[in-house]
Amino acid sequence: MGYTITEKLFSRVSGRPNVISGDIITFTPDWSMANDATAHISIDLYRSEYGKECVKLPERSVLIIDHNVPADSPSTAWVHKKMRNFAIEQGMLLYDAKGICHQIMIENHVAAGQIIVGCDSHSCTYGAIGAFGGGIGCTDIVYLWKTGELWWYVPESICIELIGGVKEPVTARDVILAIIGQLGPDAAIGRVMEFTGVGVHNMSIPERIVLCNMAVEGGAVCGIVEPDEKVISFLPGRPHQFFKSDADARYYSSYSINLNGLDPMIACPHSMENIVPVSRVEGLSINQAFIGSCNNGRIEDLRAAAKVLKGNKVKKAVRLVISPASINIYRQALQEGLIDIFLEAGAQVLNPSCSTCWGGCTGLVGDGERLISTGTRNFKGRSGSHKSEIYLASAITTAVSAIEGVITCPVKE
Amino acid sequence: MPSKRIINISGRIWKFGDNIDTDIIMPVKYLSLSSIGEMSQYAFEPLIPDFHTKIQPGDILVGGENWGCGSSREQAAAVLKILQIGAVIAKSFARIFYRNAFTNGLCLIGQPGLVDSVKDGDKICIDLINSTIQIDNQSTTYNFSPLSSMMYDLLNAGGLIPYMQKVNSPNR
Repeated sequence: MGYTITEKLFSRVSGRPNVISGDIITFTPDWSMANDATAHISIDLYRSEYGKECVKLPERSVLIIDHNVPADSPSTAWVHKKMRNFAIEQGMLLYDAKGICHQIMIENHVAAGQIIVGCDSHSCTYGAIGAFGGGIGCTDIVYLWKTGELWWYVPESICIELIGGVKEPVTARDVILAIIGQLGPDAAIGRVMEFTGVGVHNMSIPERIVLCNMAVEGGAVCGIVEPDEKVISFLPGRPHQFFKSDADARYYSSYSINLNGLDPMIACPHSMENIVPVSRVEGLSINQAFIGSCNNGRIEDLRAAAKVLKGNKVKKAVRLVISPASINIYRQALQEGLIDIFLEAGAQVLNPSCSTCWGGCTGLVGDGERLISTGTRNFKGRSGSHKSEIYLASAITTAVSAIEGVITCPVKE
Repeated sequence: MPSKRIINISGRIWKFGDNIDTDIIMPVKYLSLSSIGEMSQYAFEPLIPDFHTKIQPGDILVGGENWGCGSSREQAAAVLKILQIGAVIAKSFARIFYRNAFTNGLCLIGQPGLVDSVKDGDKICIDLINSTIQIDNQSTTYNFSPLSSMMYDLLNAGGLIPYMQKVNSPNR
């Protein structure tokens, strides 16, 4: 009987051979991560239960200030202060306004073969590197800080084979929207989306990150891709360990999705049940466009947007908000002249943070407004007023729409 | 291990739809408030403003598919516990919400069949020992898959932190 890559990863960390889905194991993750959306609650709980006792494995515990950056109120400033003090006291790793947590974790820590837990649902992203990433709650991480361990229900996997491929202006973002649109927002509840086939193996690592990052929008605990040489060249010098699923591994279900001829896709309000080709909603006026987030704020996305925006202007009365996913990406975009192109086009370029996608700090939308966004979610009120509408599309579709002032398909008939 | 076991949960129903996400249960703008108690005043604000003034302790929430989808914010489960919601029954639950609920000692029951046969205000009783649900004035008994022993232990302990104290106690 064969094993999935996920079962093999949990076998490794639990030190038990032949772990299978359905097992409940206790293990020490390679990394844990908490950010300023919930870390203050964890720190308060830790303090009230354990006072100044030392955290186990502080060198594997990461705190990231990325959601409300820079602080937009005295209360978020207080949250950040609490995190800084705790990180310094405990000798934990701290990234303060350096970028979005998942981008920071990949730039600095994640290696193939590892298991990473984070107090953030998009921890599912790390599967793009051949690691397992899973979201946990803010009490789970207190347990982990205290004991160095965590319990886990080893998940089943769904095999999603991608056939063929896409080319510009259709991107990996359109691919994952199409997959969730086809499977539904709860198709993978509690399971792993394992992406296989030529379609994913031809993708770059940043494209795989886009794919895996949104697995949770299909209910998945993690999106995962078998690692290959591209992982090593993308993250050289890391202690990668490659695992792959056996040919006779057991999957809960299997799907085959043909990417050839895929249309640009868009998720309409207010859930991932409403994913359609962009052409279906073309012409709807927009008030704001947003390019950024842990899904679509990497240099490749910024380059794609800049290509569209170069020499063009954002439509009057529409605002285009752009936030690179990390300081490194921001700097790269500056060096490549992308920021100039954005500013020339009339965009507002923000510091790296979760910004509009998280809807708690900057770049929010008001009552009755319509947003087209490269963010991760289109839930009611996610980016500001709960009387606003959020449409999720690729950086290219978003940039084209910002110029036109209406939702616009980048592919013309 | 647990000394006191929860056997029955009874309460009055509040009915919800599919895909009740964590941004609806606990909107972002209140997440930085200093306590779960303060946050609980804004639970379900986009859907039912002042929800906290309308419920009674022990009320049971009933939803459709994918309850708790979205972010990992544990506040979404913690506010329900602090509002003394008795349990949540849904056709299916998002994984992180499921984990967070039991971490906070909040009982979740997956029961696809019952959801469409109840309405707001119905009184129901969940029997955790026999894994059945009985609705007042209905003859049908609904069965559900028993809670795993891990979840049942968390529930009986009152959440992960008291569970850990029990597990690590020398008098175990």
